[in-house]
Amino acid sequence: MSFITGVGLTAYGRHEGSSSLDLMSKAAELAIADAGLRRNEIDGVLCGYSTVAPHIMLATVFAEHFGIRPAYAHAVQVGGATGLAMTMLAHHLAEAGVAKHVLVVSGENRLTGQSRDASILALAQVGHPEYEVPLGPTIPAYYGLVASRYMHEYGVTQEDLAEFAVLMRSHALTHPGAQFHDPITVADVMASKPVALPLKLLDCCPVSDGGAAFVVSRERTGEIGVRVLGCAQAHTHQHVTAAPALSELGAEIAIARAKAAAGVAISDIRYAAVYDSFTITLAMLLEDLGLAGRGEAAARVRSGHFSRDGEMPLNTHGGLLSYGHCGVGGAMAHLVETHLQMTGRAGNRQVRDASVALLHGDGGVLSSHVSMFLERVR
Amino acid sequence: MSGSKQSLADWTTGAEAIVYQSCTACGARQYFRRSFCVICGAPDPVERRASGTGTIYATSLVCRAATPETRAHVPYNIVLVDTAEGFRMMAHGDNDLAIDDKVTARFARFAGRLVPYFARTKP
Repeated sequence: MSFITGVGLTAYGRHEGSSSLDLMSKAAELAIADAGLRRNEIDGVLCGYSTVAPHIMLATVFAEHFGIRPAYAHAVQVGGATGLAMTMLAHHLAEAGVAKHVLVVSGENRLTGQSRDASILALAQVGHPEYEVPLGPTIPAYYGLVASRYMHEYGVTQEDLAEFAVLMRSHALTHPGAQFHDPITVADVMASKPVALPLKLLDCCPVSDGGAAFVVSRERTGEIGVRVLGCAQAHTHQHVTAAPALSELGAEIAIARAKAAAGVAISDIRYAAVYDSFTITLAMLLEDLGLAGRGEAAARVRSGHFSRDGEMPLNTHGGLLSYGHCGVGGAMAHLVETHLQMTGRAGNRQVRDASVALLHGDGGVLSSHVSMFLERVR
Repeated sequence: MSGSKQSLADWTTGAEAIVYQSCTACGARQYFRRSFCVICGAPDPVERRASGTGTIYATSLVCRAATPETRAHVPYNIVLVDTAEGFRMMAHGDNDLAIDDKVTARFARFAGRLVPYFARTKP
């Protein structure tokens, strides 16, 4: 058994003058305090990576900087799925008795630490170095390809995709830490600058500075426990050229395995935290996970199904699209928000019932998937 | 990635050709060069020159590029093509290509390199 015992999250956006280690430290300190622990009680450290300050041993660089000497420490790299992959590993480490309190931490000054072009270029390298990268694709182009095919097969329109950007922005408006606080409409998304059609600027998550952390422990440290019920992964390919058919992508495989591991059904879920690097990512994942029928996710957004007071509140902090995306920390904010919702601490964003939550992360070009179920226990 | 000896030059090395590999044991075809068959693991798949014809599987028109060299070309259309030989490849193509269009390859200069470029097959 393992519990998420504490969470920490910085605002996302510009943190002028903060390094990746600064942002990691800030988030770590918040998470450890939230768990009611002292930093010397942390005996495991898992961290992501920083594209601004790459290092072959980031976990020990961080541990030294932060002033702890863990019994277990290393970095994990699965692109956007890294945050949940680290949580899954921390869960297993805690269950196996390898560590009592594992700190999962990431932070990056991706916005102010390098040019936007440098970010886009670094990320495009997930493409095949010989067969894809020479063609000048960008991450939005990889997802633009996926979007064009998905729209073709399931009759999804650009206006449908725009709904997801509008929903995430409406949620971000209620979170003081979000990068964006101006409301947008479907017309705004449609009129935004083309990036990699069918994706336009407002279909894409921003580049942000920020940090996120949590503590995964063998025993709960507070009155309300947030327990990891079960989790699973699936890895079907790396490069979009080698991706399987849309009907065979990894999200469906990961969620099936996670449901079996957790012993829960989609009908048990009360809150959803789903990776949303682009509007198409969110639309596809919601449908792959079974939170909407094929081609029907946008209609569910329009009907309020995924709103804060809807049947399945989704990314109530604003997601990557509007809270922001600082690399590995980006999707970790989804888990922080889920924890706040499950423990009744989400303030003006609080949903009625977040007793069972589904989290899903994706890395690469729908290459690596992690699905996870959390349950509140009193 | 690579590791096998490459007998046929292709666009990735500056030649006007698209090359794929065919497994001598199970017959599977693959695009990314390897010293073994990715389906059955048999060694030394044979290299063959593709016909350059296929069908558009997906498209994305890049309007925002990340380097000065690629920015000079915007907008450019990145396409995935299901080739007549049965493998999928990424390439460039005419900006108005649509999914399911039948296409034929030529070669074009892009950011200082030779890249495969698809246009609708003339009837």
